[in-house]
Amino acid sequence: MDKTVNPPTSNDLQIALTINGQGHTLVVEPWVTLLDLLRDNIGLTGTKKGCDHGQCGACTVLVNGKRINSCLALAVTKDGAEITTIEGFASGGKLHALQTAFVHHDAFQCGYCTPGQICSAQGLLDEGHAKTRDDVRELMSGNLCRCGAYTNITDAVMQVMLDGSP
Amino acid sequence: MTPFSFVRADSLSHAIQEGRNPNTRFIAGGTNLVDLMKQNVDRPSRLIDISALDLGAIAERDGGGISLGAMASNADTAYHPLIKERYPLLASAILAGASPQLRNAATNGGNLNQRTRCYYFYDTATPCNKREPGSGCSAIGGVNRIHAILGASNDCIATHPSDMCVALSALDAVVHVTGPDGDRSIPLIDYHRLPGNEPWRDNVLEDGELVTSIDLPAETFPTNYSYLKLRDRLSYAFALVSVAVALQVDASTIQHARVALGGVAHKPWRDLDIEHSLIGKPADDATYRAFADSLLSQAVGQGANDFKIDLARAAIVRALRQAAAGTPQSQSNKRII
Repeated sequence: MDKTVNPPTSNDLQIALTINGQGHTLVVEPWVTLLDLLRDNIGLTGTKKGCDHGQCGACTVLVNGKRINSCLALAVTKDGAEITTIEGFASGGKLHALQTAFVHHDAFQCGYCTPGQICSAQGLLDEGHAKTRDDVRELMSGNLCRCGAYTNITDAVMQVMLDGSP
Repeated sequence: MTPFSFVRADSLSHAIQEGRNPNTRFIAGGTNLVDLMKQNVDRPSRLIDISALDLGAIAERDGGGISLGAMASNADTAYHPLIKERYPLLASAILAGASPQLRNAATNGGNLNQRTRCYYFYDTATPCNKREPGSGCSAIGGVNRIHAILGASNDCIATHPSDMCVALSALDAVVHVTGPDGDRSIPLIDYHRLPGNEPWRDNVLEDGELVTSIDLPAETFPTNYSYLKLRDRLSYAFALVSVAVALQVDASTIQHARVALGGVAHKPWRDLDIEHSLIGKPADDATYRAFADSLLSQAVGQGANDFKIDLARAAIVRALRQAAAGTPQSQSNKRII
């Protein structure tokens, strides 16, 4: 389904995005970040605003399959992109393997960083460069966890990486 | 963020045409520029999106070497089979920097042109000659733990934050740019500037010029190399001191040496004369210590960063040892051997 909103005014630009499989035609001001667009315009508040400066990773989403910090991406530069947010992980009422693994391993406390952690972990798995626990620790280092659940986060990612299920 | 207008460049000539307008910026990955705009450190009136331009190729050059497209991401560059095989020093340096998310978005051209992370440059409430020419340098006599120990001036003691550029410097890379006055090629070692009395100029790029590609020469240093980065936490932090080393060693004698330092100056720091003195010397700690002493002989601390001089001395010796032994620093397991 295509959701079309107001026609452009002078500074605004029209962009088309596919977000979690759904097409959106949007009119946005050029200074709106992908993060703010997802949260404020689309209402997908699963993606979190932590530092808003690319230093914490809470805003991590997948853009054309690659994990990026959505707080540092202007939405107008992503015209035509396919975006996956945490809301796109579970399907048919069934949690994604990473979500189940995070629950199973108690890989969070407050949960604020978790959507970004899970999007980042999916990016890590798709990239295929991590082979060892050290690799997972290093390649998850773009996601801070103020509760300090790092050991359990690494356990959860390792489990899905090694056997694909929690 | 200060409002601005936005245009997508559909060709290189379109981008250059648009770049003639005053107070415009090219935007690619945006990982530094968007942040600077959020902080009001940079307030362009118009952005030119160059992400659709065909500048992303990583390809072999005639006569050897590799061309890195300006729009190729840092991640795609570091993990490219040709880079991993022939220029592992570059791959290692890129992977030592930022985070996977940032490396996915950040481009090679953008990495060259990123701004310093000096706290005062980012804090618009304080004087900074780089941000507001003539306003003064708050870091001199201020909080300067991360600042320069080499090549600083009375106007600016900021450092260049890149890891990638430190390796590019050691590899004798060449930067290709285009602009309103045509194309030119600039050796990486001459691309970034020392602050002098014009600290607002980070590099020699003129208004409206755009980086198109970076050439790596045929000489690859696939075995005897190391990128050693020391920082306040093991990952996702800028270098306090980093060292890129590329050697050719024959029967424990140094045949060829390249050493570049990061985190210590307004540009990747190399001294070709002192490097040359390594040729023919035994690959041992006495040689490395003498070299480190020479390279740091002009180093000056600013107070809180005095420790960097000793840290750099030790890091240079350690990185030379790692390179000579063919045991480069791992960017995954951070144990320093």
